[in-house]
Amino acid sequence: MSEYRIQGATGEWEVVIGLEVHAQVVSKSKLFSGAATEFGAEPNAQVSLVDAAMPGMLPVPNKECIRQAVRTGMAINAPINKWSRFDRKNYFYADLPQGYQISQLYHPLVGEGEIEIGIDDKNPDNTKVIGIERIHVEQDAGKLMHDQHPTMSYVDLNRSGVALMEIVSRPDMRSPAEAGAYLRKLRTILRYVGSCDGNMEEGSMRADVNVSVRKPGDEFGTRTETKNVNSVRFVMAVVEQEARRQVDLIEDGGKVVQETRLYDPDRNETRPMRSKEDAHDYRYFPDPDLLPLELDDAFLEECRASLPELPDAKRKRYEQALGLSPYNADVLTAEAETARWFERLLSATAERQNKPEADVAKQAANWLISELFGALNKLGKELQESPISPAQGGELLALVGDGTISGSIAKQVLEKMLETGDGAVVIVEREGLKQTSDTGAIEAVIAKVLADNADKVEQYKGGKEALFGFFVGQTMKAMQGKANPGMVNELLKKALG
Amino acid sequence: MSVDTATVAKIAALARIKVTEAELEAMVPELNGILAWVEQLGEVDVTGVEPMTAVIPNHLRLREDVIDADPLTGGGIRDRVLANAPAAEHGFFGVPKVIE
Amino acid sequence: MPETSNALTELGVAAIREGVAKGSFSAVEVAEAFNANVAAAQQALNAFIVPTPEKALEAAKVVDADRAAGKPLGKMAGVPIGMKDLFATRGVQTTAASHILEGFTPEYESTVSQKLWDAGAGMLGKLNLDQFAMGSSNETSYFGNVISPWRRNDGGNAALAPGGSSGGSSAAVSARLCPAATGTDTGGSIRQPAAFTGIAGIKPTYGRCSRWGIVAFASSLDQAGPMARDVRDCAIMLGAMAGFDPKDATSLDMPVPDWEAALSADLKGKKVGIPREYRMDGMDEDVAKSWEQGIAWLKDAGAEVVDISLPHTKYALPTYYIIAPAEASSNLARYDGVRYGLRDMPSGGNLQDMYAATRAAGFGAEVKRRIMIGTYVLSAGYYDAYYTQAQKVRTMISRDFTDAFTRCDVILAPTAPSAAFALGEKSADPLEMYLNDVFSVPASLAGLPAMSVPAGLGLEGLPLGLQIIGRPFDEQGVLNAGLAIEQRAQFTAKPERWW
Repeated sequence: MSEYRIQGATGEWEVVIGLEVHAQVVSKSKLFSGAATEFGAEPNAQVSLVDAAMPGMLPVPNKECIRQAVRTGMAINAPINKWSRFDRKNYFYADLPQGYQISQLYHPLVGEGEIEIGIDDKNPDNTKVIGIERIHVEQDAGKLMHDQHPTMSYVDLNRSGVALMEIVSRPDMRSPAEAGAYLRKLRTILRYVGSCDGNMEEGSMRADVNVSVRKPGDEFGTRTETKNVNSVRFVMAVVEQEARRQVDLIEDGGKVVQETRLYDPDRNETRPMRSKEDAHDYRYFPDPDLLPLELDDAFLEECRASLPELPDAKRKRYEQALGLSPYNADVLTAEAETARWFERLLSATAERQNKPEADVAKQAANWLISELFGALNKLGKELQESPISPAQGGELLALVGDGTISGSIAKQVLEKMLETGDGAVVIVEREGLKQTSDTGAIEAVIAKVLADNADKVEQYKGGKEALFGFFVGQTMKAMQGKANPGMVNELLKKALG
Repeated sequence: MSVDTATVAKIAALARIKVTEAELEAMVPELNGILAWVEQLGEVDVTGVEPMTAVIPNHLRLREDVIDADPLTGGGIRDRVLANAPAAEHGFFGVPKVIE
Repeated sequence: MPETSNALTELGVAAIREGVAKGSFSAVEVAEAFNANVAAAQQALNAFIVPTPEKALEAAKVVDADRAAGKPLGKMAGVPIGMKDLFATRGVQTTAASHILEGFTPEYESTVSQKLWDAGAGMLGKLNLDQFAMGSSNETSYFGNVISPWRRNDGGNAALAPGGSSGGSSAAVSARLCPAATGTDTGGSIRQPAAFTGIAGIKPTYGRCSRWGIVAFASSLDQAGPMARDVRDCAIMLGAMAGFDPKDATSLDMPVPDWEAALSADLKGKKVGIPREYRMDGMDEDVAKSWEQGIAWLKDAGAEVVDISLPHTKYALPTYYIIAPAEASSNLARYDGVRYGLRDMPSGGNLQDMYAATRAAGFGAEVKRRIMIGTYVLSAGYYDAYYTQAQKVRTMISRDFTDAFTRCDVILAPTAPSAAFALGEKSADPLEMYLNDVFSVPASLAGLPAMSVPAGLGLEGLPLGLQIIGRPFDEQGVLNAGLAIEQRAQFTAKPERWW
């Protein structure tokens, strides 16, 4: 139960949030034409006669776009409708060449599903389920540019006709944090499935934010829709601003009007859209250029078989089968690429050490998260740009695992690896970084350390147990860190009695 | 259902066709005549009948995801796409400035 | 011996193709003869929006060269045709007879016209039509009415309608301006003009011809088809036009039968259905007589005649006039002045003003009327009562035919409720014009192949047509029955040249 409340003059208000996310489908060509979909092309360079709505043009659906939508539906545990239909949504705008958008209103491709979101940063296992009403497939519109000319707007139709999945949530969210968590989780799932790259800056994923307020326990209030919000941060800001605005409005005696709004990030406020004057009568009707979409079991099976392990399942497996902490499991599964990198690291590490993965998982996870991420951060690189491969990471971890070097030496080796591009074994050899497990040598150094610090030995024997760490440190220092720490501990204990 | 000038004006607005007062006046009886005539469909008992979704039984073909597979329905033809534009500038279609 | 120009233009598709192949005359000679007829008739009949004599000659030269080189010739080799100005033709203006597309020059060729050019045909010009294919008399074209080459035998010279929407096509073929022409049929626009001008025309099964590159009017009804002087010519030309097109999702993925080769007027073993609901009160006497005559002819050809019922016939027209305008209102939304065609920019106006002004200036009255009806029946609150209801009735009309075809193989009916009327005669009330489609619309709604063949002349000396409707995919059955009528009707009448 979310505790988020807006404090109003007349008491506390609850916020009800629904998100409609438009996610561009990863496919080479558009939903109904063969033009390319890649972002960043010259204006109107990726526009076919069909996308430009020339007289006599006709749509033919792209199998891959349908496949991606089906896979996404399966990833959110939703039923796939084997029979669905395309409808035309009719309205006039310069970014809509046909004068209608081909969408799916009456019979969408995907039914009701759900997404589990984390609502407690400290405890990733504390989750809430957000319902999804439907997913359908539709055409994206083109782009209008208003600042290139004093009296004209410019139309670029490259984006016109690109496939979108419209993912409609149930109004189950109750706070900006939940909205943010939902969006982030949805993005993660889409990237895992590979059906959308989730790149909000480039516009491949955008959210329409529906917000209403009510006194806890009351009926839902009238909602407003803030369109085309293109970052998680902005979505959360919109929820906050819009809820606040509505509360103030109602408490001042006004009524919330059901309208479409736009978010202005510079002013951090929403305002009504000017262009949607006359009522939204889209006159939806089935597109007569297209027959109903019918999918067979073989197609659906292929879609299901192609799904990777999804984030929730992966996270649970990391925790249960690999023994990782919920926090670490969460970090490693947040991005499909991270998990993939980790799994390759894990595999290399296990193989090199000839141990089952479960035995080396914690080591690998800790190293990746605590050591490599930090090192890459300093270099300003993403994991995908890591100069070190998972195999090389595995090589390094194996040297620690078999006692060749200590953990702290491993840090040095990592730095050298990043600097030189050489492998761990080569570096350890070259720099003579092997740690010693030679009992005799260590005993000799210990003896010297104790002799040089006789006073502290007395204090230790007198009860100051914390000094043990001092002796360990001195010993390691004298051996330039190259002593097997476990052995040092053991022999020191013996020497000190 | 019959229409009056206000309704006809609304329809014309939805259809983005500017009509003069005179045209509006003239359209009302014309449209009413046609609408009254098509009303008779209401007398047909359509219980249990599905609206037609495919004129001739056929299956919707899905095409393979190949860029510019057919040059006639592929992209990379900017000049041809802009060839008939009333106002084309720098590779864009120009329209009166829109303020959102 | 070389044919004289006059004689050449009396030839149909089959004869021209044969003559060129044999070397009796050259394709260029044929093209020149028809080009001359086109030019001579242009002012009087206004059948063409844009004659393209050079294109006809260009194609003819290629055929002559191919023949000389011993290359195989296509199905329409050496045959110059008229192209209804609804088909996009690359580099040649395509207007749909509307001001809103005046000057529009497509950068692409429609599938059907491309197939005809590939088959060796040449283009005499873009034929006039009712604006956006909306009309039954060719009186709604921005480029002026088409005048039928036919005149009543009352000695007067009232200008008559050639039928519509393919009025330019029917006028041109019957006036010998071309041996054949393409038409499109949404509610009867090939069949009715064919009947009015004494020529043959066939609308194939929905999906048989590709709609790609044809300016869309009503997507679930539009079909391209040939208009020519006899059944054999129609069979040849349809064979060149038809075929699966992956660019059209409603295209039939079925092989194209060789309709010409299998033509047969022997109807032994075939049953012809006579729909009782088509016998309407106050039916025109000439039309009724012609129908009776048709029944007798088909019996003579060996067919058994049976009485059938198509109970929802009377609802077909209102169903059509809900569905077609609804689809049209959406299909014509793209004509907005942004990317091609007319742009009317009122000073100080914004984008929406530009739309409203452009479409007001660009569309004719009938087009506007249908867009308004279509917009209305799709609008909130009316969608179920009108559009959904109409689609359900459509299902029932289609079922009527399916039932009937368990008792017969083809259906015989009149094509139109009367012979050609005078231009201006039916302009007072749009409804009156719509009633012209009463016999043709049902087959369109059910997607069935249907053709009109000339059956004789009425009392005023004007042609009457008979319609044959067949099962889905049975163009052969339709053509064969048409041939049986044609052979017995012996229709040789042609309009007397007054231009």
